[in-house]
Amino acid sequence: MAVSFKPTRMEMSRLKKRLSTATRGHKLMKDKRDETVRRFITFVRRNKELRERVEALMAEAMRSFVAAKAAMNRAAVDEALLVPAASAKVGISSGKVLSTEVPVFTYIPSASADLPYGVFGTAAELDDAVRKFSELMPLLIELAEVEKTCNLLADEIEKTRRRVNALEYVMIPQLQTAIHTISMKLDENERGNLTRLMKTKDMLKQKEEQ
Amino acid sequence: MADIAMIGDKDSVLLGRAAGLDVYFETDGAAAGKLIDRLARENTRIIFVTEPVFAAAKATVDKYVSSAFPAIIPIPSGSGTTGVAMENIRANVEKAIGADILF
Repeated sequence: MAVSFKPTRMEMSRLKKRLSTATRGHKLMKDKRDETVRRFITFVRRNKELRERVEALMAEAMRSFVAAKAAMNRAAVDEALLVPAASAKVGISSGKVLSTEVPVFTYIPSASADLPYGVFGTAAELDDAVRKFSELMPLLIELAEVEKTCNLLADEIEKTRRRVNALEYVMIPQLQTAIHTISMKLDENERGNLTRLMKTKDMLKQKEEQ
Repeated sequence: MADIAMIGDKDSVLLGRAAGLDVYFETDGAAAGKLIDRLARENTRIIFVTEPVFAAAKATVDKYVSSAFPAIIPIPSGSGTTGVAMENIRANVEKAIGADILF
Protein backbone atom coordinates (compact mmCIF):
# COMPACT_ATOMS: atom_id res chain seq x y z
CA MET A 1 0.00 0.00 0.00
CA ALA A 2 1.42 3.33 -0.96
CA VAL A 3 1.50 6.15 1.57
CA SER A 4 -1.26 8.57 0.66
CA PHE A 5 -0.46 12.26 0.89
CA LYS A 6 -1.39 15.74 -0.26
CA PRO A 7 1.38 17.78 -1.80
CA THR A 8 1.62 20.43 0.89
CA ARG A 9 4.38 21.63 3.17
CA MET A 10 2.44 20.52 6.24
CA GLU A 11 2.16 17.03 4.87
CA MET A 12 5.83 16.95 4.02
CA SER A 13 6.95 17.89 7.50
CA ARG A 14 4.59 15.30 8.92
CA LEU A 15 6.06 12.63 6.66
CA LYS A 16 9.58 13.71 7.56
CA LYS A 17 8.76 13.22 11.22
CA ARG A 18 7.39 9.76 10.48
CA LEU A 19 10.49 8.92 8.51
CA SER A 20 12.79 9.89 11.36
CA THR A 21 10.72 7.82 13.81
CA ALA A 22 10.79 4.86 11.43
CA THR A 23 14.54 5.17 10.99
CA ARG A 24 15.13 5.28 14.72
CA GLY A 25 12.77 2.35 15.27
CA HIS A 26 14.54 0.41 12.58
CA LYS A 27 17.91 0.96 14.22
CA LEU A 28 16.59 -0.10 17.63
CA MET A 29 14.89 -3.19 16.24
CA LYS A 30 18.02 -4.16 14.43
CA ASP A 31 20.05 -3.87 17.63
CA LYS A 32 17.46 -5.91 19.48
CA ARG A 33 17.54 -8.58 16.82
CA ASP A 34 21.32 -8.85 16.86
CA GLU A 35 21.49 -9.06 20.64
CA THR A 36 18.66 -11.61 20.86
CA VAL A 37 20.41 -13.77 18.30
CA ARG A 38 23.64 -13.57 20.28
CA ARG A 39 21.92 -14.68 23.48
CA PHE A 40 19.92 -17.30 21.63
CA ILE A 41 23.11 -18.90 20.40
CA THR A 42 24.50 -19.28 23.91
CA PHE A 43 21.19 -20.73 25.08
CA VAL A 44 20.90 -23.14 22.22
CA ARG A 45 24.47 -24.38 22.73
CA ARG A 46 23.63 -25.04 26.38
CA ASN A 47 20.41 -26.71 25.28
CA LYS A 48 22.24 -29.10 23.00
CA GLU A 49 24.83 -29.94 25.63
CA LEU A 50 22.18 -30.57 28.29
CA ARG A 51 20.11 -32.69 25.99
CA GLU A 52 23.06 -34.87 25.13
CA ARG A 53 23.85 -35.37 28.79
CA VAL A 54 20.24 -36.07 29.72
CA GLU A 55 19.95 -38.60 26.93
CA ALA A 56 23.08 -40.42 28.08
CA LEU A 57 22.06 -40.46 31.75
CA MET A 58 18.51 -41.43 30.94
CA ALA A 59 19.75 -44.39 28.92
CA GLU A 60 21.83 -45.44 31.91
CA ALA A 61 18.89 -45.21 34.32
CA MET A 62 16.76 -47.18 31.88
CA ARG A 63 19.41 -49.88 31.64
CA SER A 64 19.35 -50.28 35.42
CA PHE A 65 15.57 -50.37 35.30
CA VAL A 66 15.61 -53.11 32.70
CA ALA A 67 18.04 -55.04 34.88
CA ALA A 68 15.68 -54.55 37.83
CA LYS A 69 12.79 -55.88 35.80
CA ALA A 70 14.85 -58.91 34.95
CA ALA A 71 15.84 -59.49 38.56
CA MET A 72 12.35 -59.09 40.02
CA ASN A 73 9.08 -60.10 38.53
CA ARG A 74 6.87 -57.61 36.80
CA ALA A 75 4.23 -57.48 39.50
CA ALA A 76 6.83 -56.85 42.20
CA VAL A 77 8.26 -53.90 40.26
CA ASP A 78 4.79 -52.46 39.75
CA GLU A 79 4.02 -52.93 43.40
CA ALA A 80 7.22 -51.27 44.57
CA LEU A 81 6.47 -48.23 42.44
CA LEU A 82 2.72 -48.25 43.00
CA VAL A 83 2.71 -45.70 45.75
CA PRO A 84 3.99 -42.42 44.42
CA ALA A 85 6.59 -40.51 46.38
CA ALA A 86 5.63 -37.13 47.78
CA SER A 87 5.30 -34.73 44.85
CA ALA A 88 8.37 -32.97 43.65
CA LYS A 89 7.78 -29.27 43.17
CA VAL A 90 9.20 -26.60 40.98
CA GLY A 91 9.47 -23.02 42.03
CA ILE A 92 8.68 -20.76 39.11
CA SER A 93 9.50 -17.20 38.44
CA SER A 94 9.95 -15.38 35.21
CA GLY A 95 13.06 -13.78 33.93
CA LYS A 96 13.47 -11.44 31.02
CA VAL A 97 15.72 -11.77 28.06
CA LEU A 98 15.42 -8.49 26.17
CA SER A 99 11.77 -7.98 27.09
CA THR A 100 10.88 -11.56 26.20
CA GLU A 101 9.44 -13.24 29.23
CA VAL A 102 11.14 -16.56 29.92
CA PRO A 103 10.43 -19.06 32.68
CA VAL A 104 12.91 -19.77 35.46
CA PHE A 105 12.45 -23.08 37.25
CA THR A 106 13.92 -24.07 40.57
CA TYR A 107 13.67 -27.70 41.45
CA ILE A 108 12.43 -28.64 44.91
CA PRO A 109 12.94 -32.40 45.23
CA SER A 110 10.38 -34.75 46.63
CA ALA A 111 10.25 -34.59 50.41
CA SER A 112 10.00 -38.31 50.92
CA ALA A 113 12.87 -40.63 51.77
CA ASP A 114 15.51 -41.69 49.30
CA LEU A 115 13.53 -44.71 48.12
CA PRO A 116 9.75 -44.67 48.20
CA TYR A 117 9.48 -48.42 48.90
CA GLY A 118 10.83 -50.93 51.40
CA VAL A 119 14.11 -52.62 50.61
CA PHE A 120 12.67 -56.02 51.42
CA GLY A 121 11.66 -57.93 48.33
CA THR A 122 13.06 -55.46 45.86
CA ALA A 123 16.23 -55.87 43.84
CA ALA A 124 19.25 -53.64 44.29
CA GLU A 125 19.04 -52.82 40.59
CA LEU A 126 15.75 -51.06 41.19
CA ASP A 127 17.31 -48.87 43.88
CA ASP A 128 20.04 -48.08 41.44
CA ALA A 129 17.60 -47.10 38.70
CA VAL A 130 15.54 -44.93 41.04
CA ARG A 131 18.62 -43.17 42.42
CA LYS A 132 20.00 -42.53 38.96
CA PHE A 133 16.70 -41.08 37.88
CA SER A 134 16.48 -38.86 40.94
CA GLU A 135 19.97 -37.56 40.25
CA LEU A 136 18.84 -36.81 36.74
CA MET A 137 15.91 -34.67 37.85
CA PRO A 138 17.74 -31.34 38.40
CA LEU A 139 19.24 -31.70 34.94
CA LEU A 140 15.85 -32.43 33.44
CA ILE A 141 14.40 -29.32 35.05
CA GLU A 142 17.27 -27.21 33.78
CA LEU A 143 16.77 -28.70 30.35
CA ALA A 144 13.10 -27.76 30.52
CA GLU A 145 13.99 -24.19 31.37
CA VAL A 146 16.63 -23.81 28.68
CA GLU A 147 14.58 -25.52 26.01
CA LYS A 148 11.55 -23.37 26.70
CA THR A 149 13.71 -20.25 26.64
CA CYS A 150 15.08 -21.28 23.26
CA ASN A 151 11.60 -21.81 21.90
CA LEU A 152 10.43 -18.42 23.07
CA LEU A 153 13.54 -16.63 21.86
CA ALA A 154 13.31 -18.25 18.44
CA ASP A 155 9.75 -16.94 18.15
CA GLU A 156 10.79 -13.50 19.25
CA ILE A 157 13.71 -13.35 16.85
CA GLU A 158 11.45 -14.29 13.97
CA LYS A 159 9.00 -11.54 14.89
CA THR A 160 11.71 -8.93 15.33
CA ARG A 161 13.28 -9.87 12.04
CA ARG A 162 9.96 -9.41 10.26
CA ARG A 163 9.55 -5.99 11.81
CA VAL A 164 13.07 -4.95 10.85
CA ASN A 165 12.49 -6.06 7.27
CA ALA A 166 9.10 -4.37 7.06
CA LEU A 167 10.63 -1.11 8.20
CA GLU A 168 13.71 -1.41 6.06
CA TYR A 169 12.17 -2.55 2.80
CA VAL A 170 8.61 -1.21 2.90
CA MET A 171 7.98 1.60 5.32
CA ILE A 172 11.17 3.64 4.97
CA PRO A 173 11.38 3.50 1.14
CA GLN A 174 7.70 4.45 0.85
CA LEU A 175 8.13 7.44 3.09
CA GLN A 176 11.25 8.53 1.22
CA THR A 177 9.45 8.32 -2.12
CA ALA A 178 6.51 10.27 -0.75
CA ILE A 179 8.75 13.02 0.58
CA HIS A 180 10.65 13.16 -2.68
CA THR A 181 7.44 13.42 -4.71
CA ILE A 182 6.08 16.19 -2.53
CA SER A 183 9.27 18.21 -2.70
CA MET A 184 9.29 17.83 -6.50
CA LYS A 185 5.72 18.99 -6.70
CA LEU A 186 6.35 21.97 -4.43
CA ASP A 187 9.39 22.95 -6.49
CA GLU A 188 7.35 22.66 -9.65
CA ASN A 189 4.67 24.94 -8.20
CA GLU A 190 7.35 27.40 -7.18
CA ARG A 191 8.77 27.47 -10.69
CA GLY A 192 5.31 27.82 -12.18
CA ASN A 193 4.61 30.76 -9.96
CA LEU A 194 7.91 32.42 -10.82
CA THR A 195 7.35 32.05 -14.55
CA ARG A 196 3.87 33.49 -14.22
CA LEU A 197 5.19 36.51 -12.38
CA MET A 198 7.90 37.11 -14.93
CA LYS A 199 5.42 36.79 -17.74
CA THR A 200 3.01 39.22 -16.09
CA LYS A 201 5.82 41.69 -15.52
CA ASP A 202 6.80 41.49 -19.17
CA MET A 203 3.21 42.05 -20.23
CA LEU A 204 2.89 45.08 -17.98
CA LYS A 205 6.15 46.50 -19.34
CA GLN A 206 4.98 46.10 -22.93
CA LYS A 207 1.72 47.86 -22.08
CA GLU A 208 3.63 50.81 -20.58
CA GLU A 209 5.88 51.12 -23.61
CA GLN A 210 2.97 51.29 -26.02
CA MET B 1 -1.61 -31.54 41.79
CA ALA B 2 2.07 -31.95 41.10
CA ASP B 3 4.02 -29.29 39.25
CA ILE B 4 5.75 -31.80 37.05
CA ALA B 5 4.04 -34.48 34.99
CA MET B 6 5.33 -37.23 32.79
CA ILE B 7 3.52 -38.90 29.91
CA GLY B 8 4.64 -41.98 28.04
CA ASP B 9 4.58 -45.74 27.86
CA LYS B 10 4.62 -47.52 31.17
CA ASP B 11 8.19 -48.78 31.07
CA SER B 12 9.63 -45.37 30.34
CA VAL B 13 7.84 -43.29 32.90
CA LEU B 14 7.34 -45.61 35.86
CA LEU B 15 10.62 -44.42 37.35
CA GLY B 16 9.28 -40.88 37.44
CA ARG B 17 6.83 -41.91 40.07
CA ALA B 18 9.63 -42.70 42.49
CA ALA B 19 10.99 -39.18 41.98
CA GLY B 20 7.64 -37.64 42.88
CA LEU B 21 6.31 -36.82 39.43
CA ASP B 22 2.73 -37.24 38.29
CA VAL B 23 2.91 -40.12 35.91
CA TYR B 24 0.42 -40.89 33.12
CA PHE B 25 0.58 -43.99 30.96
CA GLU B 26 -0.47 -42.90 27.52
CA THR B 27 0.87 -43.81 24.11
CA ASP B 28 -1.95 -42.71 21.83
CA GLY B 29 -1.35 -39.32 20.21
CA ALA B 30 -4.91 -37.98 20.38
CA ALA B 31 -5.46 -39.09 23.97
CA ALA B 32 -2.08 -37.66 24.98
CA GLY B 33 -3.10 -34.39 23.35
CA LYS B 34 -6.24 -34.22 25.45
CA LEU B 35 -4.24 -35.11 28.53
CA ILE B 36 -1.78 -32.30 27.84
CA ASP B 37 -4.65 -29.85 27.43
CA ARG B 38 -6.06 -30.93 30.75
CA LEU B 39 -2.73 -30.70 32.53
CA ALA B 40 -2.17 -27.25 31.08
CA ARG B 41 -5.52 -26.13 32.47
CA GLU B 42 -4.59 -27.54 35.85
CA ASN B 43 -1.44 -25.42 35.91
CA THR B 44 1.13 -28.13 35.54
CA ARG B 45 4.41 -26.31 34.96
CA ILE B 46 6.51 -28.88 33.21
CA ILE B 47 5.30 -31.86 31.22
CA PHE B 48 7.89 -34.40 30.18
CA VAL B 49 6.71 -36.45 27.24
CA THR B 50 8.52 -39.42 25.75
CA GLU B 51 9.67 -38.84 22.21
CA PRO B 52 7.25 -41.19 20.40
CA VAL B 53 4.27 -39.63 22.18
CA PHE B 54 5.70 -36.17 21.62
CA ALA B 55 5.81 -36.82 17.89
CA ALA B 56 2.28 -38.29 17.90
CA ALA B 57 0.77 -35.37 19.81
CA LYS B 58 2.61 -32.71 17.79
CA ALA B 59 -0.54 -30.71 17.06
CA THR B 60 -1.26 -30.15 20.73
CA VAL B 61 2.37 -29.57 21.63
CA ASP B 62 2.66 -26.82 19.03
CA LYS B 63 -0.16 -24.91 20.69
CA TYR B 64 1.95 -24.38 23.79
CA VAL B 65 5.24 -23.59 22.12
CA SER B 66 4.88 -19.84 22.33
CA SER B 67 3.43 -19.58 25.83
CA ALA B 68 5.68 -19.59 28.89
CA PHE B 69 3.78 -22.40 30.64
CA PRO B 70 3.53 -25.33 30.50
CA ALA B 71 6.93 -26.32 29.20
CA ILE B 72 6.46 -29.50 27.21
CA ILE B 73 9.79 -31.25 26.95
CA PRO B 74 10.51 -34.44 24.99
CA ILE B 75 12.58 -37.06 26.81
CA PRO B 76 14.01 -40.28 25.44
CA SER B 77 11.79 -43.30 26.03
CA GLY B 78 12.91 -46.61 27.50
CA SER B 79 13.97 -47.86 24.10
CA GLY B 80 16.40 -45.01 23.53
CA THR B 81 16.24 -41.72 21.69
CA THR B 82 14.63 -41.21 18.30
CA GLY B 83 16.21 -37.84 17.58
CA VAL B 84 12.90 -35.95 17.73
CA ALA B 85 14.20 -33.65 20.45
CA MET B 86 17.44 -32.84 18.66
CA GLU B 87 15.42 -32.19 15.54
CA ASN B 88 13.42 -29.67 17.54
CA ILE B 89 16.53 -27.81 18.63
CA ARG B 90 17.72 -27.75 15.05
CA ALA B 91 14.34 -26.40 13.91
CA ASN B 92 14.62 -23.62 16.49
CA VAL B 93 18.04 -22.62 15.24
CA GLU B 94 16.83 -22.56 11.66
CA LYS B 95 13.83 -20.49 12.58
CA ALA B 96 15.86 -17.95 14.50
CA ILE B 97 18.98 -17.66 12.43
CA GLY B 98 17.86 -18.90 9.05
CA ALA B 99 20.60 -21.46 8.71
CA ASP B 100 21.69 -24.44 10.69
CA ILE B 101 24.97 -23.27 12.14
CA LEU B 102 25.37 -25.47 15.19
CA PHE B 103 25.28 -29.00 13.90
